[in-house]
Amino acid sequence: MSDAAMIQVRGLRKTYHTGDVDVHALRGVDLDVGRGEFLAVMGPSGSGKSTLFHILGGLAPPTEGKVLVDGLDLRALSENERTEMRQSKIGFVFQKYNLLPTLTARDNIALAQSLGKRKSWPEGFNEVLELLGIKHRLQHKPRALSGGEQQRVAIARALVNQPAILLADEPTGNLDTANSDLVLNLLRDLNKKTHQTILMITHNPEAAAFADRTIVMRDGRVLSPATG
Amino acid sequence: MINKLVIENLKHRWVRTLLSALVVGVQVMSILTLIGLSRGLLQDSATRAKGTGADIFLKPDTGQGTISFSSGQVNESFVPFVAKQPHVRQAVAVLSQPVELVTLMNGVDFPQFQKISGGLRFLEGGAPQGPDDLIVDEAYARQNHRQVGQTVRLLNHDWHLAGIVQSGMLARFIVPLRTLQELTSNPNRISQILVKLDDPALTDQEVTRFNQLLKGNLRAISVSDLVSQFSIDNVPQLKVFIRVITGLAVIVGFLVVFLSMYTAVVERTREIGILKALGAKPFTIIDILVREAVVLALVGCVLGIVLTIAAKAVILQVAPASLPVTDAPDWWPKAAAIALGGALLGAIYPGLKAARQDAIEALSYE
Repeated sequence: MSDAAMIQVRGLRKTYHTGDVDVHALRGVDLDVGRGEFLAVMGPSGSGKSTLFHILGGLAPPTEGKVLVDGLDLRALSENERTEMRQSKIGFVFQKYNLLPTLTARDNIALAQSLGKRKSWPEGFNEVLELLGIKHRLQHKPRALSGGEQQRVAIARALVNQPAILLADEPTGNLDTANSDLVLNLLRDLNKKTHQTILMITHNPEAAAFADRTIVMRDGRVLSPATG
Repeated sequence: MINKLVIENLKHRWVRTLLSALVVGVQVMSILTLIGLSRGLLQDSATRAKGTGADIFLKPDTGQGTISFSSGQVNESFVPFVAKQPHVRQAVAVLSQPVELVTLMNGVDFPQFQKISGGLRFLEGGAPQGPDDLIVDEAYARQNHRQVGQTVRLLNHDWHLAGIVQSGMLARFIVPLRTLQELTSNPNRISQILVKLDDPALTDQEVTRFNQLLKGNLRAISVSDLVSQFSIDNVPQLKVFIRVITGLAVIVGFLVVFLSMYTAVVERTREIGILKALGAKPFTIIDILVREAVVLALVGCVLGIVLTIAAKAVILQVAPASLPVTDAPDWWPKAAAIALGGALLGAIYPGLKAARQDAIEALSYE
């Protein structure tokens, strides 16, 4: 693994057993993501994007291969250790925002902070909130926020523990064009200003264009490992 | 932050929260009211035993508990024998017969009873003159709106209400001994003998002597000992009943919280997935559900205590004579522990189910 690599994947395979059938979701993926890089992952449904996302996020263990995230070998980690990794090294942004509906925006962020064992917001987090434009909306519950606002709160929640990687799964999939552009611009600004490593899954080539680099997956493999 | 999440979750589904807590509250109320009623009935009996003015009670030596009820098991011929014993100023025969669920009618020779009791305090009317005359206590008269001169039907017999006395002496219903013996087919049979000594200081000594003298027939017990035995622990049937009700309360609490938590887990599958994605460990997920169950149980306990106080007020208003109920604050922590135990049992399976949920599946749950 090079010094600059935040993620290094070699020969990654993932097989799901459903009844008597083995589903090969990943069939030997090789990938390097540099520290501070903004990478877009494209591909059709069933190409293995989401499986890669789940494995890199520590939500599922790999079946075979080597996966290093910020120096941690995910194959060697127990479920408990993967959970601890998610607390500190991974920030998730989902297509459906996935905010807890019973908590305010501020409390959604505070809950992630609490699970990450942080006592206070990290230095510069206020600027992140300013950048996201949600500082004045923190007292509202998700149902009182627009889709764009909810996604920006979800980004704030993902960043509160200063993760090594921000994993975004179709972050603009539920947003209109204006809000999509807003969120994508924010992700790019965050990447440029804070050097946050971002891995974004998307179907949309226009969204992928905001990234430094795009890879395409098909049938569980990376087709174009270094397209820019 | 976890506590805030717990409270917000409960507030979010406030109708379900309130209903679940209310059912736990009813469970707590049923325990506390049962204890209050049991103690009330026993205290009422103890007060009336003291109110007879007797120093010693002679009861059938049946080997049963001292405060167990017996109808005409004693031959009346023991009364003159007891009356002739040294230091005995008066011996009065009493026949007891249940007329309602837990209420007794006592038949006595009224003039003799007046001598040991120091005289019943009449609030209305006076002593029985005829064989069908009935005396009732104030609580019964108030509950049933009875007045002197009315006819009262009890034990399939029409009684003439001759007097209303202050509560707390012998029984709710006092009638002539002979009439009650005939009505209950207990000729020359009685339930117990009340003994008044010429010197109350000799009570312990005379109890010992009577127990030697009447061994196998009658058992003597001082009034103070008898009164001290009027507790739930000395009534085996009541103890069993309370255990059954307590067991049922645990089961009800378990089922209510189980259902509430299970529904919450299914309903919040996606949220559990979010928590896991954010780094919540299985223990944290269980912890959240257990805390919710604890809050439900605690709110239920408070509701239960409020309901118990309300139930007591209603009972004392509606049936002060039939159901003398007292407070049982020493049972509040016990009832709370029972409710909490049921709630924690009810939270275990839903908690484990939530903790075992696959984060990826949970996140894709619609």
